[in-house]
Amino acid sequence: MGELIDYIQNYLKSNQTPGAAGNFFWATVYILLVFGGLSVAVIAMNWLERKILAHMQVRLGPMRVGPHGLLQPIADAIKLLLKEDIIPAEADKIVFWIAPFIVVLAAFTVFVVVPFGPTHAITDMNIGILFMLGVSSLSVLGIVTAGWASNSHYPLIGALRSSAQMVSYEVAMGLAVVSVIMMTSLQTGTGTLSMIGIVQAQLSQGEWFIFKFFPLGLIGFFIFAIAMVAETNRAPFDLPEAESELTAGFHTEYSGFRWSLFFLAEYSAMIAVSSIAVTLWLGGWLRPFPNLLNGATWDLVFSLIPGLTFLFFAAICFFNTARMPKHPLFKIQTMGLAGFGAVLGLIGLLMFIPPVRDRVGDIFWFSAKVAGFMYLYIWYRGTFPRYRFDQLMKVGWKILLPMGLALLVLTAAVAMRTELWAELQGALRP
Amino acid sequence: MIPPGTNPPVATPFFFYLLAATMIIGGILVITRKNAVHSAMALITALLAQAGLYLMLYAPFVAGVQIILYAGGIMVLFLFVIMLINLERNMKERQFNKQWLVGIAAAAALGGLFIAVYTTTTRGKALFPEGRMTYFESQNTQAIATLLFDRSAGQYMFAFEIASLLLLVAIIGAVVMAKKRI
Repeated sequence: MGELIDYIQNYLKSNQTPGAAGNFFWATVYILLVFGGLSVAVIAMNWLERKILAHMQVRLGPMRVGPHGLLQPIADAIKLLLKEDIIPAEADKIVFWIAPFIVVLAAFTVFVVVPFGPTHAITDMNIGILFMLGVSSLSVLGIVTAGWASNSHYPLIGALRSSAQMVSYEVAMGLAVVSVIMMTSLQTGTGTLSMIGIVQAQLSQGEWFIFKFFPLGLIGFFIFAIAMVAETNRAPFDLPEAESELTAGFHTEYSGFRWSLFFLAEYSAMIAVSSIAVTLWLGGWLRPFPNLLNGATWDLVFSLIPGLTFLFFAAICFFNTARMPKHPLFKIQTMGLAGFGAVLGLIGLLMFIPPVRDRVGDIFWFSAKVAGFMYLYIWYRGTFPRYRFDQLMKVGWKILLPMGLALLVLTAAVAMRTELWAELQGALRP
Repeated sequence: MIPPGTNPPVATPFFFYLLAATMIIGGILVITRKNAVHSAMALITALLAQAGLYLMLYAPFVAGVQIILYAGGIMVLFLFVIMLINLERNMKERQFNKQWLVGIAAAAALGGLFIAVYTTTTRGKALFPEGRMTYFESQNTQAIATLLFDRSAGQYMFAFEIASLLLLVAIIGAVVMAKKRI
């Protein structure tokens, strides 16, 4: 037992990711943690999406299962697992069977390099961002094969749409990413593709890349932010599964567990591209206002925010517990909500303990930024009407792609300006 | 805590044989499947295994580009085109290109060439060398950039630009052929 505690303490002292340290035990722990956290995030996202969309449309949303519908995602999951698993008679059985697994594998594998903190990543690869883009582009294979293997018209049209859409927007996305990679090479001379390296470059340059070379960083961020919605097939670019035209697009013929795999993959892909955007432009795990509000006092204040956030959520729970109907039928629900609030409050209090506070702050800021993007996704869905397919292609090829190319050239020019200027002065002087 | 540098190497014979077997099986499936979509999926498997082989050669950048370009880009377009073809009729049609004699001859010639190159270059050496110079993983991308673009050490700049120009010509040609009026 003592050895185990020593082992854990030794690891906590080191400042390496388990992958870089070649530590199999901690790598496994991190993989399980990331996988579990991701599944919880998808469940939470399911509930939040339904609730927020409902409130945007002045509805109540799920209210029946658990207090304020908190247990609705669990009920949905049980329903999906118990549903009959249907494979169409004329479907290509093997391909139909493999397709959801391709999508899920691609969506989950990318989290190997997502940096939740300087040491909180499963591993750090020298080709991190390339790996993320490459593996997430594999998910389109799953969608295409799913649509084809169903041997039905709607899925096939959905699959064709999605492959055209994802291949088109990958180009603009890649160009925006390249402009950031160029920025990482500014002070040191050598850039990096590693996810942790990109955040550390923002730390050493004292500037998030969204503000770099204003407005170039901002434009790059906008190109990526539009392309990533198209990449994940979400509204207003959700043509592959446009329910009013194609019933459900490429996964029309899927049911039960296989359908839920597509669902899981869609949401974890959303989290994955959001974490790319956070890492590349929004400073990854760095806390906000590092220049304006610096110093030990502000560091302390910002390190208290994670705990305070959880206490705030707990307070909301208690407030709503007090507002629950006083009918005896609601007794269990009221107690459940109070218990949920108590758990949240306990987590919040745990986060005030100094060693926990130091280790958890970076994960909190990263997750908070990603959560902001998740809210944006829901907001888009509640706000924008769906694009027509030719409009979608026009935005991708005629607006985003030229903008991306111009951005690349401009970023290179601005980055080279100081260097060229110094060279020119050196040449004129003799 | 294992210090860095003493990690067990990834490039073990087990992984090599695993990836090579995957590639060969994938390659055989590509030419034996009648259904074009199955062939394409077997080809994707083979290409991914090839990316794994690049990783074993300490070339992570090439492996990443392999995944993005071949598995993620080109094969998606392959599948896209295959889906637009009516497969049902093609599968029932009798294959009329009986060229297996020429095929075997070509394959034997290529295999002979490989064996000849292999035996002349590895004469008197073990199949898996015990020690060889390994590059730091973190230098591979930078090394490729130096070879391509560096002012003094860059040798392949011209070839690289010519290749990209060729691709541009192909893109413009495709657009011109597909759309008469732009």
